[in-house]
Amino acid sequence: MKIILGNSHPQSLFAQKIEALSGQKLFACYQCGKCSSGCPMAESMDLLPNRVIREAQLNNGPVLMSCRAVWFCSSCFACSVRCPKGIDIARIMEAVRTLQMMDGKPITEQPSCEDTGTLPQIALVSHFRKFNV
Amino acid sequence: MPEGLRVGYFPGCTLKTDARDFESSALAVAGALGIEVAELGRWNCCGTVYSLDAVNLMPRLASVHNLIRAEEEGFSEIMTLCSMCYNTLKRTNNLFTSKNNGLAAINDFLCLKPGYSGRVKIYHFLEFLREKIKPEQVKDLVVRPLDSLAVAPYYGCLLLRPKEMAIDDPEKPEILTPFLSALGAKVIDFPLNNECCGAYQTAMHPEAVARRACRIISSAQSEGADMIAVSCPLCHYNLSALQGMVRSTHPGLKAMPIVYFTEIMAQAMELDYKTEVEAIPRDAEPGREAVK
Ligand code: SF4
Ligand code: SF4
Repeated sequence: MKIILGNSHPQSLFAQKIEALSGQKLFACYQCGKCSSGCPMAESMDLLPNRVIREAQLNNGPVLMSCRAVWFCSSCFACSVRCPKGIDIARIMEAVRTLQMMDGKPITEQPSCEDTGTLPQIALVSHFRKFNV
Repeated sequence: MPEGLRVGYFPGCTLKTDARDFESSALAVAGALGIEVAELGRWNCCGTVYSLDAVNLMPRLASVHNLIRAEEEGFSEIMTLCSMCYNTLKRTNNLFTSKNNGLAAINDFLCLKPGYSGRVKIYHFLEFLREKIKPEQVKDLVVRPLDSLAVAPYYGCLLLRPKEMAIDDPEKPEILTPFLSALGAKVIDFPLNNECCGAYQTAMHPEAVARRACRIISSAQSEGADMIAVSCPLCHYNLSALQGMVRSTHPGLKAMPIVYFTEIMAQAMELDYKTEVEAIPRDAEPGREAVK
């Protein structure tokens, strides 16, 4: 994997923000990949969950701020219950979504009104809740 | 029939609209088992998903309002039918009961005096059945045993994860098995019964969810299931409504009926409830077309 060290943020500001928003210890992750191997949405993701964590450890703001994977996460907590280091990865995915929204540039689209016509409320409300910072 | 089983009921949005057959069958089953289900006098949306933000407590307030009302209306136990409502309400309630809690901040913010106590216990109906009802009681009520049916229970995520929410073993759930067996059905265990259906991604990325549905349905089919029993309106939608989309990419996939577990129970007991589909056809044909 190609790793580019982020240099656009002083010290480890980005990683600190993610730790604060998620309440999780990023540096507990030792990159075993168990989170990604069981992730049901992995095939649709541009960065696998363990890679999201790695980029956050490396303080790589630009990569995470343009990462689509977090918008494919369905908050199923499979990764969170299986992580051998007790990291709630779903919370880290949420923190990255939140940072993208705070930046005003979430890397995703909203469905159009026509597309939502037949969806049950539970689908609509839960989807829109992910845009609620 | 046991005496005095009473529980508060939080319906949530979808039980009153798209999932009316779930509500009506569950209420019929509860009634037959002697459980008095009392809907909360007032309720609002639970919030649907539990916010994973460690700092901002605001997204929890929708749930908190419901918990306060349950307490004010004198309920010490409330149950939900929807897995998402269960998860959201219970995780919010845990904020009040865990050590590092948000109780003081929330009670202060809402200017609550004396404030919410955190004492309301939240059940999912399945968990309520396991704790209060014996499978033999269900068996005694069966009029039409489902001997010819192979039913695969599908649990999804939110009844099992995260760990503190789990009503059963998160990796090998079996909570429905004794009840389905009591109906005479053959219970099918399949490896993807606790894998996510894609949840709310159905609004934004339906193709990705259709791929999930395809894998889950194929897995149940390959273990010999005639139908999949669910406990969540969102799982129900994703696994049933997206079957059309699945078939455009996987034309070989046989249609799989998706039913709420309470519908199977109600029909085996021949209870009267409102529904538009007969979950279990008289001549229980495997692979019956059930896509709406
Ligand atoms: S499972 Fe946990 S320790 Fe392993 S890569 Fe994922 S976050 Fe890191
Ligand atoms: S919570 Fe998100 S990242 Fe974790 S396994 Fe589920 S979909 Fe994948």
